[in-house]
Amino acid sequence: MKMRALKLKRDWIHGWLLLLPALVFLFAFTHIPAITTLINSFFSTPRGRRSAKFIGLENYDRMVNDPVFWKVLWNNLWFAIGTIPASVGLAIVMALWVNEKLMGRGFVRMAYFTPTVLPLIAVANIWLFFYTPGFGLFDQITGFLFGWPASNYLGNPDTALNAIIVVTVWKEAGFFMIFYLAALQAIPVSLKEAAQIEGAGRWTIFWRITFPLLMPTTLFVCVNAVINSFRLVDHIFILTDGGPDNASALLLFYIYEVAFRFWETAYGATLTVALLALLSLLAIGQFFFFDRKVHYK
Amino acid sequence: MVTERLSSSGKPIGLENVSRVWGETIAVDALSIEIPAGSFTALLGPSGCGKSTTLRMIAGLESVSGGQILIGGNDVTGRPSSKRDLSMVFQSYALFPHLSVAENIIFGLKVRRMNRTERDTRLKKVADLLGLSQLLERKPGQLSGGQQQRVALGRAIIGEKPICLMDEPLSNLDAKLRHEMRLEIRSLQQQLGFTMVYVTHDQVEAITMADQVVLMNKGRLEQAAAPRELYEKPASPFAARFIGTPPMNLFPANAFKKLCTAPDFQLGVRPEAMHLQDSGPVSASVRAVEYLGADILADCVVAETSFQVRLPTTRRVTPGQSIELGFEPDALHVFDADTGRRRDDLVSEFGTLLRS
Ligand SMILES: Nc1ncnc2c1ncn2[C@@H]1O[C@H](COP(=O)(O)OP(=O)(O)OP(=O)(O)O)[C@@H](O)[C@H]1O
Ligand SMILES: [Mg+2]
Repeated sequence: MKMRALKLKRDWIHGWLLLLPALVFLFAFTHIPAITTLINSFFSTPRGRRSAKFIGLENYDRMVNDPVFWKVLWNNLWFAIGTIPASVGLAIVMALWVNEKLMGRGFVRMAYFTPTVLPLIAVANIWLFFYTPGFGLFDQITGFLFGWPASNYLGNPDTALNAIIVVTVWKEAGFFMIFYLAALQAIPVSLKEAAQIEGAGRWTIFWRITFPLLMPTTLFVCVNAVINSFRLVDHIFILTDGGPDNASALLLFYIYEVAFRFWETAYGATLTVALLALLSLLAIGQFFFFDRKVHYK
Repeated sequence: MVTERLSSSGKPIGLENVSRVWGETIAVDALSIEIPAGSFTALLGPSGCGKSTTLRMIAGLESVSGGQILIGGNDVTGRPSSKRDLSMVFQSYALFPHLSVAENIIFGLKVRRMNRTERDTRLKKVADLLGLSQLLERKPGQLSGGQQQRVALGRAIIGEKPICLMDEPLSNLDAKLRHEMRLEIRSLQQQLGFTMVYVTHDQVEAITMADQVVLMNKGRLEQAAAPRELYEKPASPFAARFIGTPPMNLFPANAFKKLCTAPDFQLGVRPEAMHLQDSGPVSASVRAVEYLGADILADCVVAETSFQVRLPTTRRVTPGQSIELGFEPDALHVFDADTGRRRDDLVSEFGTLLRS
């Protein structure tokens, strides 16, 4: 009896010892920073000799009354609406296409995946060229085909965000395609054949068989897409630097500006807490929304 | 009573010189078969002989490299499977995992936009017929193998198609369930009257269920005949050895002293057709004896050819012993050693020679 208890205790200690390294890293780099951020958001920004002091909800009050915050939040919403359905839809279409038996299938797959492999900085530079007023690819094409005048897509507040959305969709679709491709290949061919025998056409097979079976992947991809839509900022630095007039600034970009350009770290922390809260809400909401529609094996 | 409205009159299927080639491999080689309307035809053969390929070509899931497929007299070679008016049961059942049993069964009816009341009455009939009424709300993942099999059957018969194709539908079931399902499928086919093409590599399945057995070997037709004829008059040594357990014994003609003048023939006698007979035509030595309960199976050798005999347990036979065996004249099968063709014309001649 006593031996058993002793052994149990030893197993228990072993278990925790094995978990320890992972836990240390998890806490040191994820949980502690998160909690520190939350705490910092209730303090003022320390400046020179003036140390941080507790100011309660003052930072939050400032945030709610900050027009730039609402602007970037709105931008971000628009960015999410513009990128998520488009990139997910495009990913499915590309995956279906690449999954067919076509010539040079491997090459096409690789071509679609290239945007994901390329570093965003390089990608942004290429697109910078595409968008150049007058000489850029788009202006040359639209000028040649429709005789449109040169337009500054990135410099115009009306088009800057949309121009960035296009780059993001292009970048993300290839990445999501890989997940869909893997999921498509896990669906037995016989299901499609059985549906064919029952008289179903391509369209019916897709909507009644393939798409429902891809639901777990769609959930995964959507969660990732939502997180990415709040997480991606690097191409903004290259393409527009948030301008003009914050027209293409997203929440995370604004956080960066506040915290590391204006050095208002406390307010940056507050904005970060808002971002984290938003992300958690979205993730939870998505799981609830999808849960009833997803068939897991 | 239940099956009143669930009936479909079968259509005949014809294959004319149908081939299927993948690069170097010839999966099906100029196969011609006639499948009468409303019959139960089994495609039988060893693994890799092209049974599934043939079935899939009939279904329209595989393109044809050459030849013609006729259904009900019409050439359907180029038609997609959705236009061939047939149903199919897959070896893996191919049930849609995200749909309930009911949804799975009525999938085809929904695709064809059949109205709801008609759909529901049919579903009820099929569910009653197959004993699935209690399971309609479940997902396929929550069913046993036998139940899944039934759902696949239900999906195949609810459309009342004139033709039903099955590719080894019982191979995932245990022996007892297999036997039950065998009877069930056969009676279902007879009740509903559709034309059945049934792929199997199990000769017992083919022999017990089918009206016609199409025996294939390496993509070619070996013999197409009723089970009884296949057993009693195999057209080739391959057919002779494929049907019946243990397989038919084949001897080169010169294994018998009295026939050493005719070396170009193979003689076949089934193990169960041989019996002990003093001064019979075959004198063999016993190598090993297997006791099977009802009878014994003796491994014997004659002139360096080993063969098997099924003997009653009444007389003791021990390894090393010499025995003399005989058989009825009509139990002898003669095959041309070169062409492999059956030579019924020589049976009586050889029979008398052997017994003289
Ligand atoms: N898609 C394919 N590509 C190339 N060769 C194939 C393909 N499908 C089948 N084959 C070949 O065709 C031949 C016949 O295959 P098939 O599946 O018809 O055999 P089978 O009689 O059904 O065998 P089993 O009893 O094992 O199912 C085999 O040699 C197989 O390797
Ligand atoms: Mg097969």
